[in-house]
Amino acid sequence: MNLEILTPEKKLYSGEVYGVQMPGISGSLGVLDKHAPLVSALTAGRIKVLKDKNNHFVYFDIQGGFVEVLNNRVTILAEGAKSVEND
Amino acid sequence: MAGQLKEVRNRIKSVQSTQQITKAMKMVSAAKLRRAQDAIVQMRPYAKKLQELLSNIVSNSEGEVGMKLAEERPVEKVLIILMTSDRGLAGAFNTNLIKLAKSTINTQYASQLRKGNVTIWGVGKKGYEHFAKSGYQADATFKDLFLNLSFENVQKISLAAMKAFEEKQFDVVEIVYSQFRNAAIQRFEVERFLPIPKVAKKEGDKKADFIFDPSKEELVAELMPKILNTQLYKAALDTHASEHGARMTAMDKASENANEMLRSLKISYNRARQAAITTELTEIVSGAAALQG
Repeated sequence: MNLEILTPEKKLYSGEVYGVQMPGISGSLGVLDKHAPLVSALTAGRIKVLKDKNNHFVYFDIQGGFVEVLNNRVTILAEGAKSVEND
Repeated sequence: MAGQLKEVRNRIKSVQSTQQITKAMKMVSAAKLRRAQDAIVQMRPYAKKLQELLSNIVSNSEGEVGMKLAEERPVEKVLIILMTSDRGLAGAFNTNLIKLAKSTINTQYASQLRKGNVTIWGVGKKGYEHFAKSGYQADATFKDLFLNLSFENVQKISLAAMKAFEEKQFDVVEIVYSQFRNAAIQRFEVERFLPIPKVAKKEGDKKADFIFDPSKEELVAELMPKILNTQLYKAALDTHASEHGARMTAMDKASENANEMLRSLKISYNRARQAAITTELTEIVSGAAALQG
């Protein structure tokens, strides 16, 4: 599936990914391939992008935002987003 | 004669150094303009998606979606958010923005002004200083936005405006700003910020059966402030880009004028030089003639 992370200042991430975990407003939220259409609000927390099945992760910290899943495209609109260096 | 020559030479020197400054300012503005334009382009996908999200929700819900920020009240207290630049030397840029703000106040909100119910939040030094000096209620809290133009700082302004609107400190909020068309053209605009227009449902654009989390109403309530933040951010970026565009044009004109001036000064310099030589020659010749005589 395709993932895009957008902020007002720039496009933070764009590309094919295996899955993504994010801080939904009512608990942590994971989206994998072929997820049903979804619109949800996000709270402050960390987004974990699973680039493939082999534990290649990228992290982003956000202050809040929204996510839309439609036709295997995930768009995250994030505020105060910063990419986090891999541990 | 020699005195006049020196005078013209000094004028030429001073015009030349002024031209150097205007040329440099033009270059700086051109570079800053490019960066400001980039910021606008970078923001567009975000703003577009936000609107899309809203229309998705609206088309999936019944009827109109309204909320506190859309509440229309009788207009008693007015807030004008005026965006200008921090520095001058940008042609008529700031003057035009100030003029537009004034005419809006004097035509649309004249009765509110008489009661002292028009407040101005000056974003950018020039506009604030003007209104503070001419006795309006000008608030300096957000004057220095352009020193550090970031989404976070713009957000502070729009959140403050929303809070004040909800607490009924203001019944209507307008933004006066400059829309960026291209480097040479700016459009000065008054835009309604609050209350926001109700979003009507359009028939037949239902895209998919979304799962909404939390409820649609709560989502709209979350989305609206973000959309307003983005609107104000766009206005700030537009004004910023316009400022540099206007300065670039103004400085280009100034450099051209300096060239024109240099040309005519050169002519008068040469004329004076010629006259001095002629006088000197006449003096020598007549001196020689007197010796021979």
